[in-house]
Amino acid sequence: MTLYLQAIVNGFLLGGVYSLMAVGLSLIFGVMRVINFAHGDMMVWGMYLSFWLFTSLGVDPYLSILVTGTAMFLLGAAVQRGLVNRILAAPHEMQILLMMGVALVLENVALMTWGPDPRRVNVSYGLTTFWLGPIVFDVPRLVTFGMALLLAMLLYLFLNRTDLGRMIRAASDNQIGALLVGTDILKVFTLAFGVGAACVGAVGSLMTPLLPFTPSSGILFTVASFNIVIIGGMGNLLGAFVGGLLVGVSESLGAVLLVPSLKEIVTFVLLVFILLFRPQGLLGGRR
Amino acid sequence: MIQRLALGIGAGGALIVLPFLVSSVWQNLLITTLYFAFLGQAWNILGGYAGQLSLGHAAFFAIGAYTSVVLHTHLGISPWLGMFAGALLAALVSQAIGYLGFRFGLRGFYFILLTLAAAEILRLIALHLPLLGGYTGLFINFTPNPWQFQFKGKVSYYFVALGFLVVASAVVWLIERSKFGAYLVAIREDEDAAEALGVDTFRYKMLAYAVSAALTALGGTFYAYYQFYLQPNTILNIHHSVDIMIRPIVGGSGTILGPILGSFLLELLGEFSRTVFAAGAAGLYVVIYGILLILVVLFLPHGVYPTLLAWLRRAAGGHA
Repeated sequence: MTLYLQAIVNGFLLGGVYSLMAVGLSLIFGVMRVINFAHGDMMVWGMYLSFWLFTSLGVDPYLSILVTGTAMFLLGAAVQRGLVNRILAAPHEMQILLMMGVALVLENVALMTWGPDPRRVNVSYGLTTFWLGPIVFDVPRLVTFGMALLLAMLLYLFLNRTDLGRMIRAASDNQIGALLVGTDILKVFTLAFGVGAACVGAVGSLMTPLLPFTPSSGILFTVASFNIVIIGGMGNLLGAFVGGLLVGVSESLGAVLLVPSLKEIVTFVLLVFILLFRPQGLLGGRR
Repeated sequence: MIQRLALGIGAGGALIVLPFLVSSVWQNLLITTLYFAFLGQAWNILGGYAGQLSLGHAAFFAIGAYTSVVLHTHLGISPWLGMFAGALLAALVSQAIGYLGFRFGLRGFYFILLTLAAAEILRLIALHLPLLGGYTGLFINFTPNPWQFQFKGKVSYYFVALGFLVVASAVVWLIERSKFGAYLVAIREDEDAAEALGVDTFRYKMLAYAVSAALTALGGTFYAYYQFYLQPNTILNIHHSVDIMIRPIVGGSGTILGPILGSFLLELLGEFSRTVFAAGAAGLYVVIYGILLILVVLFLPHGVYPTLLAWLRRAAGGHA
């Protein structure tokens, strides 16, 4: 029993970062209807930047979110402005192809820069734990969860309380309406992609104390984000958040109940059930 | 018309003579090109004509490969027959996925993710099935017997691949000319309008999926007896599904020549970046390949073949 409870706690805490990662993807999709196939690779870049800042300057990964968030904001905005904005009228599959190209470039530039070996950020408090009854809490997991929650709340405030945020939401709800009231839609697109990428870049930093990573980890994170977003409800940010927690817990339970190498299957089966019984996602409204 | 006929005969003749003129490295490249053109043509039926983008065609490929290999090694059934068993199984699996997706009218992104998830589930299952060799994979013993789909020398494989491609292209050609093809295009262009006009969109999407999956499975059998090694993480991963889908998209999806042109173009671009930049840091040539892919999208946003057609029309003075 304790084993399962422990798995649930660990999965829930990891789920917090999954949530933020999926929120970024959902934001990008909600506004531009573009699927960011480079999402996981942007996250891996956040991880490597954190790793580099930590090993060369000793910057704590929880602090380096400022750098990785900014860097990925710029990268995301550049991708939108320089590439995606140019082919808005092209067939849907061309946008997918474009983002796959971007993913290939990001993954392999990381491979050229840092090599194929797994990296890890070994912070001094990496193995600090405390007990709460029969359950072990490890400190980095808890801090990571708290930071992800904080960033998600900041994003929520940004989207709901600032003009820029309202513009993004307006473009997401009704693009033509947003255009009619004079929104500079291309600027909003650039901003939205930047914000979505900044989320996932920060997630990269937050993940580094928990997981080792390689340049090819990106695709796994991309697929995980896709699943979460569908489970939670496409374009629904709260849904993405709940979905992240759910996927975190179910993978963690799956690793205990089945073999660890089969843990992702739980998510995929969950996804199939969602598609069967609630295709709009857990919190999605009408599509 | 005569021009087109001459062009067709010229291209066909070149394809027949070509394997005898080049080195074995280029023979390999040509075989890969033809075989990916075949897979692209199969994908094209569902993704190009019906507009239902699948990012999970590696699943059908693997079903085809594993079925024929298992039937061959355990029951001694020739892959020439086994490949049809694989195609049937793939078609059945496609109907299960299609039922899940199309019953609720899952479109666009949702369908893409459903197909990807299905392929990932199969990959995880395959990794844990002892019958399929798990992580080690399956090795196939080479016995040069054409009746067992095993040939000495590359030229035979080349012509088998060419034959596959011709058959798939003929299937696509027939579909294009049939009512079925017209329905698919209507679904792609505006599914609601097609439905309103009385097209049974569910039924035709399912049918397109079945044909596409079955053909893809045949490609899996070819791969198995060309490579003699199957491993879930190489044939059933997302990268392989991407490889299957990008060629028709680059070439121009929903056109019969698109997958073929796309396959030749990407194979050449890939080989170019491999040979020129392979000496650089690991990963450099893939970066170059990625950049080339981005450039293709930016400058040929409707695919190679449609752009080519538009150029030719302009050159001919607006009439074709």
